[in-house]
Amino acid sequence: MSVNHHISDALLLDYASGNLSEGWSLAVATHLALCPSCRRTLAAMEGAAGALFDKVVSERPVTTSDWDAMMARISGPDTAREPAAAAPKPSTHARTSAGVIPEPLRSYLGGDVETLKWQALGRGAYQIRIPTSDPATQVRLLKIPAGKPVPEHTHEGRELTLVLAGSFRDGEDLFARGDLEEADGSLLHTPTATEGEDCICLAVTEAPLKFSSWIVRMIQPILKI
Amino acid sequence: MSASISISSRTCHNEKKAGVFPLSRVQHGLKMKRTDRNLPEPDLSPAQLCDLLGRVGTERSVAAFETIFRYYGPRVRSFMAMKTRDAQLAEELMQETMAAVWNKATQFDPDRGNVSAWIFTIARNQRIDAFRRKRPAFDENDPVFVADNGPLADVELEGRQDAELLRKAMESLPPEQLDVLKRAFFDEASHSTIAEDMGIPLGTVKSRIRLAFEKLRTTLEGRR
Repeated sequence: MSVNHHISDALLLDYASGNLSEGWSLAVATHLALCPSCRRTLAAMEGAAGALFDKVVSERPVTTSDWDAMMARISGPDTAREPAAAAPKPSTHARTSAGVIPEPLRSYLGGDVETLKWQALGRGAYQIRIPTSDPATQVRLLKIPAGKPVPEHTHEGRELTLVLAGSFRDGEDLFARGDLEEADGSLLHTPTATEGEDCICLAVTEAPLKFSSWIVRMIQPILKI
Repeated sequence: MSASISISSRTCHNEKKAGVFPLSRVQHGLKMKRTDRNLPEPDLSPAQLCDLLGRVGTERSVAAFETIFRYYGPRVRSFMAMKTRDAQLAEELMQETMAAVWNKATQFDPDRGNVSAWIFTIARNQRIDAFRRKRPAFDENDPVFVADNGPLADVELEGRQDAELLRKAMESLPPEQLDVLKRAFFDEASHSTIAEDMGIPLGTVKSRIRLAFEKLRTTLEGRR
């Protein structure tokens, strides 16, 4: 089964140029692991950056002392020669079947679906908060029971949802394994898990504003801010 | 020891030998007094770059690496200076990047790879590390990874063909699209910053990105 909903060029360009923060990048990179088509676009983008590199008019050439500094760095023991280091590393979980959650997400979770510790959200839905060093995003794995809507679905700003198991419908569109939905705050949507199988998806949203003052924290629920 | 004394391997840079493939380590240790001199940038095609980096990987050729260093050193330094606006830091990041090129060259596949794209990704990752940020990436050796079984997925010399095609396709892009790509890749500017600086709506920035990559994708897929 192939992926039908891809990363937009604008978002992928941010990832290719190194301009996308960790939370969003986690969703993009996990989609890329499942989507050869977007990897080809990524390669074209990196190729475009390479072509721009070739066009750079440099201010000045390197000098003999630059090269000496370089030689001093690379004259040590040649670690790249060690064959063992280049061997493919085994995945975090040895398995006979391929598994559900690809890298890099699996390492963030510490294992695949069978090892996860879910936190109940009510009405049969579960979540796992995924810690990152990116304060601008909130990253969660969600499990939505078959046929039920995605809970707590109010957000502002950008939201990325990547399906890993099962599927959900949002309006006319069906999102299945590997599909990425890119939404912004202006879009009113009510994703609902498809009947037959629970839907597991990675959801990245902009981090909610945190108020440090305890007074603001107390009145926050009253004002619904 | 004065700054003008070579502490490593500069001795081979007399005019006769400093051609495209200068000797390097051969006379290592013969410390001679020299003033700092420029090492001119060679003019190289993607195919030549591929062969050179291939030799760095397989033979650990210092001579081939010096040519790569002369070609990319100034480019990587300019790239780093655009974001950091700090000449000293740009110099350090250039050295870091080129050392990583030497160390990772064994992983470069000269039959499949595109050297400029490959070095760009190393420079980009060095820049991300320098700003202590993280950029999660997929792992091709992961058993859950979905491999590409598309047409001609393992075409021979694919990378260098792509590099040539992309070079030509980039030359045919309208300047306003090229400007947006340059700002995005080199300044690491956000789309809204680009829009602001260029005095155009954000939607126009996004449509220029989309048009540019439609063109580049079509170019590459025309070959498949």
